[in-house]
Amino acid sequence: MTRVNIVLLLLLIACALSLVTSRHQARRLFVELTREQAQARAYETEYGQLSLEQSTWGMPARVEKIARETLHMQLALPGRVEIVEVPAGVSGRPAGDGPGIPR
Amino acid sequence: MTAAQARAGRLAAAAYARAHRAAPTGPLLSRPRALVLFGALAALFAVLLGRSLYLQWIDNGFLQEQGAARSSRQLEIPAHRGRIVDRFGDALAISTPVKSLWVFPEQLSATPAELAALAKVLDTTPQHLSARLQADDDFAFLAKGIAPETAERAMALRIKGLNEQNEYRRYYPGGEVTAHIVGFTGDKDQGQEGMELSQQAWLGGAPGGRRVIINRRGDVVEDVAAVRPALAGRDLALSIDSRLQYLAFKELKAAVAAQKAKAGSLVILDAHTGEILALANVPTYNPNSRNKVTRDAMRNRALTDTFEPGSTMKPFTIATALEAGVVKPDTLIHTEAGQLTIGPATIHDAHRAGPLTVEQVIQKSSNVGAAKIALSMPAATLWKTFSAVGFGTPPATGFPGEVSGRLRPAKSWKPIEQATMSYGHGLSVNLVQLARAYTIFANDGELKPVTLLKSDAAVAGRPVIKPQTAREVRHMLELATQPGGTAPQAQVPGYRVGGKTGTARKNEHGQYTHQYVASFVGIAPLSNPRLVIAVMIDEPSAGDYYGGSVAGPVFSSVTGAALRLLGVPSDAPVDNVVLPPPGSDVREET
Repeated sequence: MTRVNIVLLLLLIACALSLVTSRHQARRLFVELTREQAQARAYETEYGQLSLEQSTWGMPARVEKIARETLHMQLALPGRVEIVEVPAGVSGRPAGDGPGIPR
Repeated sequence: MTAAQARAGRLAAAAYARAHRAAPTGPLLSRPRALVLFGALAALFAVLLGRSLYLQWIDNGFLQEQGAARSSRQLEIPAHRGRIVDRFGDALAISTPVKSLWVFPEQLSATPAELAALAKVLDTTPQHLSARLQADDDFAFLAKGIAPETAERAMALRIKGLNEQNEYRRYYPGGEVTAHIVGFTGDKDQGQEGMELSQQAWLGGAPGGRRVIINRRGDVVEDVAAVRPALAGRDLALSIDSRLQYLAFKELKAAVAAQKAKAGSLVILDAHTGEILALANVPTYNPNSRNKVTRDAMRNRALTDTFEPGSTMKPFTIATALEAGVVKPDTLIHTEAGQLTIGPATIHDAHRAGPLTVEQVIQKSSNVGAAKIALSMPAATLWKTFSAVGFGTPPATGFPGEVSGRLRPAKSWKPIEQATMSYGHGLSVNLVQLARAYTIFANDGELKPVTLLKSDAAVAGRPVIKPQTAREVRHMLELATQPGGTAPQAQVPGYRVGGKTGTARKNEHGQYTHQYVASFVGIAPLSNPRLVIAVMIDEPSAGDYYGGSVAGPVFSSVTGAALRLLGVPSDAPVDNVVLPPPGSDVREET
């Protein structure tokens, strides 16, 4: 009877200790999770800001303005355009990402 | 008993006597007093015990609440509103987190030096800040929607009473160019106009929540209840091509300014899929700062306004007649020297001509010709085509507030109305409907559904006319853009195009005014149609008001640039544009 009790007592102590460690583990992991989530949010914010920046810089109006004013580019006038026929058997379109509207 | 034992007994007795002689005589407390005292102490104990039992088991709610309030918090997890992007994924509307700084002016205790430092961080003046604080309010924003880094620097000043809050701000990189399509959001991230409004359910997220335990430093220690995750909004891809949109807007704006017009709209449809690649309106507004925007500038005219289309309806009349077998493209129509009297009314042509073939009726935009052809068919036949191409029903683009236009049932048509409807008066349409209707000519007779949303799969159209009829009308549309037609200025170098002009007097409150709507709807390139482009200029007042000379050039420049941008191969030599000698323009009325 005593022996059983001692075994049970040891078991109890083992359980109690493992509870303590797993509790500690859980807290530690939780803190880590929170940190990672904050990081993820920060990345999300940055992504939003960067894509905003990208589309602001890339607005066609701005691109055209720079092309015209800074780079002095101009549209080829009809008289200066020559249309070249693509011989049969050669693909008329450069390889792109499939059908649809090319960029 | 031995003597020694007796002696020990005596000694003990003596010691006992000595000891008891030193103590005071009698008990310390009388017995009743002791009992009272004991009773009192026991009663106090019982009270304490009772109270603690009471708090522990019976009235435990209050204290548990208080305890929880000091260690657990309900946190909101903000939900991100989805982006609106164009067909290539370029952003047209983005939410970014921003912060606002607020104070209860009474609780703010800032020294002038602190206020000056804050003003410097916020890029304003201390006077401006004090003015805000002195305003007669319990609550004041010192800065709204500022960058998180700026807010962080402001909070780092550790000014007592200064608080921050998280918000999202919606930015529209496209500004006025895409304003009408995208719309904008109002308070609390709710869509108020445009696609922001109609796609609210898709774009908007639902904020989540979590209940957490915090330690005394304020760090979150653990979640106590199940976390309700925030439901982020989804991104919305529109059918818009930003480059074409900008192009359309730029050309339209220039034309409206040059013609001193009241307004204008331009729509570019993908002829195969019915997707709206560009939709521009002038006047417009900047959705990023909407302080002084009028309702008028906010209207997406191409979808929410109707107008009498005028001659741009004629191709549908002719197509119906070709389908019904009433005429052939080369049938001669006697145009009565440009005047036709029906009952009490007379209809006119702007230019007199002899007999015209059906092709020439379109090319020269003859009202009399169109009316005579229309009157040779039952009203119901004409109505059926008009209705089948979508007039009188909303175009179902998914845009809020789009209108259906007016197409009265055929039974109520009088002969004069049947005649005027053949050239686009007595019914009303919006520009998107009109552009969509032209997809039947671009697609060998199939009407495509229009949409503002990007569609990946090929869309099935609905056949309305025979492919042969569509090709015949397409040829007539090409004739209209060539010398001898009403719109030589719509020609595009390097591409074959076709289209129809409209010069319609405006009908206001049942009366025809002396203001016009100049329009042009065209298809390009004609050998293998890719785009349907519709231009509408409302009340041009710089002298000229003909569809061919006001809207035609806009069509030409937009189409040429759009086809080049899309990499559509040329189907004509670059010197294909032949303008008629000056003064020989074919003019039209309606």
